[in-house]
Amino acid sequence: MTTIQKQANNQIAHLSAEDIERIGVELDAIREQVIAGRGADDAAYIRRVITTQRVLEMGGRTVLLASLFPPAWFLGTAALTVAKILENMEIGHNVLHGQWDWMRDPKIHSTTWEWDHATPAEQWKHSHNQLHHTYTNVLGKDNDLGYGIMRVDEGQRWHPFHLGQPLWNFVNACIFQYGIAAYDLELGKNLAKSRRGAPEFRARVKQTLRKIGQQVTKDYVVHPLLSGPSAATTITANLTANFIRNLWSHSVIMCGHFPEGVETFERTSIEGETRGEWYLRQMLGSANISGSRLMHVMTGNLSYQIEHHLFPDLPSNRYQEIAPKVRDLFQRYGLSYTTGSLPRQVASAWKKVIRLSLPNNFFGHSEPVRPRGAAPAPVVMRVPNTPEAELVSTSSR
Amino acid sequence: MATTQTPVPLRDTLRARARRLARLVTTPLVPGDYWSILDPLGSSTDLRGRVEAVLPETADAATLVIRPGRGWAGHKAGQYLRIGVDVDGVRQWRSYSLTSPPRPDGTVTITVKALPGGTVSRFLVHHLQAGTVVQLDQAAGEFTLPATRPAKALFVTAGSGITPVMGMLRDGADRLDDVVLVHSAPRPEDVIFGAELRGLAARGGLRLVERHTDVDGVLDPAELAVLVPDMTERETWACGPNGMLDALQDAYDAAGSGQRLHTERFRPALVAVGDGGTVTFTGSAVTAEADGATSLLDTGESRGVLMPSGCRMGICFGCVVPLREGAVRDLRDGQVTSAVPGDGVLVQTCVSAAAGPCQLDI
Repeated sequence: MTTIQKQANNQIAHLSAEDIERIGVELDAIREQVIAGRGADDAAYIRRVITTQRVLEMGGRTVLLASLFPPAWFLGTAALTVAKILENMEIGHNVLHGQWDWMRDPKIHSTTWEWDHATPAEQWKHSHNQLHHTYTNVLGKDNDLGYGIMRVDEGQRWHPFHLGQPLWNFVNACIFQYGIAAYDLELGKNLAKSRRGAPEFRARVKQTLRKIGQQVTKDYVVHPLLSGPSAATTITANLTANFIRNLWSHSVIMCGHFPEGVETFERTSIEGETRGEWYLRQMLGSANISGSRLMHVMTGNLSYQIEHHLFPDLPSNRYQEIAPKVRDLFQRYGLSYTTGSLPRQVASAWKKVIRLSLPNNFFGHSEPVRPRGAAPAPVVMRVPNTPEAELVSTSSR
Repeated sequence: MATTQTPVPLRDTLRARARRLARLVTTPLVPGDYWSILDPLGSSTDLRGRVEAVLPETADAATLVIRPGRGWAGHKAGQYLRIGVDVDGVRQWRSYSLTSPPRPDGTVTITVKALPGGTVSRFLVHHLQAGTVVQLDQAAGEFTLPATRPAKALFVTAGSGITPVMGMLRDGADRLDDVVLVHSAPRPEDVIFGAELRGLAARGGLRLVERHTDVDGVLDPAELAVLVPDMTERETWACGPNGMLDALQDAYDAAGSGQRLHTERFRPALVAVGDGGTVTFTGSAVTAEADGATSLLDTGESRGVLMPSGCRMGICFGCVVPLREGAVRDLRDGQVTSAVPGDGVLVQTCVSAAAGPCQLDI
């Protein structure tokens, strides 16, 4: 998809500035309703998930003490994998978003939580909560669009490096947690000669290496040693659990913003963005995954990516409940709510990664892409109070 | 002369090493995070307690029997206990006087009066279930009997102000030679521990003066002087509304016996209602509009900021946070504290409100 501002017939062209603000008011009302109803049941939910996760993990690791026996290996690895996925997705990601801060429990709080992940929580919160969630799908601002190693939008400039991106994407999927750690360190930018020695960057690298050290020691040294004769098989069990979690979270996260139908936005389109416009960008810049209750929990309710991006700090267990209201809003305002089954969305995202590894229109497929530097199509994303400013900044890029 | 070296006890070294090893197993969590699933009271770093019973005292007061977990350091009669409970899913901390003497079975009691509109007190009295695990702090407070017991003592209490004094009476204060208790409550049936106090008086443990304010009106120091002519000669412990305590303090000061009066206040005496303003909690990226009567602590907590807190009455300094920029007003005396960037003045958030826009470093 090319950025919404450059499409000839974009799906928001029919919305007036008033419509967009009305959408904002309606979404605010949905948010208020959830906040007013937050209470003991929600608190019990997250505590139940945390307890389940910890029991599964302890159970899995205990069984793995005897992982020399294949049935113990399978059972222990399965439990550990599920525990690790729950820990990152439904618990870690959401706690670090501050979804449970309202409980004022210092044990379940975004400022104190640390997760079972290569990247330190503090760094992830910056790159994810502050950058990605603020600049969602804005070209040049949201590095989640391809993580700096891929081209996932026609509007991103092609480079021969991108020929290899199906491979890069596969490798990233296999080592996803380390990919995220590198991404949070902004290695691409910071390894430039001029920045390499910056004390702030060095401190962050140290922090990340320390975290990775602790994680690796736990999974590949301490628990194997505790397993005695089963040391080698405990190592393979931990490798397997971490590997499956990498593949799983990579797939889920690809489904959030890469499938066909998800819109991207021009950098200039967010200058002076109103609350309504911000909401609209989140609505069109995210895609859901349909599926069973268990699937939703295992994705950390990121299967409700649209709802999550609208309200990143609402408790994840509530996304399911507000989804019909949000979907109804899409319908009433003539917008497309992108959703599909997990296999379909994963395939769609991969298709895009593969297609965009080649330059635009490589096979002569004619997408209505406007050449760079041309005047932008009239769009309603911005209330047209400063059309000149917008024009100037666009054409100067 | 031989020098002696204090050897680090081997047990402590081993324990510290074991703890470090255990952390390697559980990182990024601590062993206690797993252990507390099996034994919620077993953590020595996070003090918790289990509510064993909730016993009604009057229509709107109840006594909570709590078994503190590992790490409980005990208490002195008259001290208070900070207790954290989840009300509608939100952790709320309050302080209540301990009403039990130190007991051999290790349980303690607090007695709570449900205040109209009191989120926590009403929950504790009317909805708390036995078996609930609550968060605790160590007992604190100076409102206690001295090691050398005074020959003549006077207790002046009103309403739930009887609670710390009950703790002292149960801890042997009733065996002092000469004890007078003057207690105010609206009606006889509102007297918390009414039967027990009357029983003590009947057995000669103390002289009890019950004042029923619905009929007799609020007690003032002049009337107290009639009831207890030698009051300022007595070591006196008073607990009740701020108005009563202020009047008593004046009377004792006037008689030159100010040092004989020991008071315990449940609420800070609030005088200042300032301007309010926008409060920014910089470390938490939270901004809130606050009026001039709401404490910064309440403002932060209501927005989910993990505020440190303590007594909530301006005593313990458990809630201090650096004020990075702006002005706050002390709710007790109206004093304004201001800071410019770089100052980082520490302010007590529980008794300070915004006096204009301000930034707190949390």
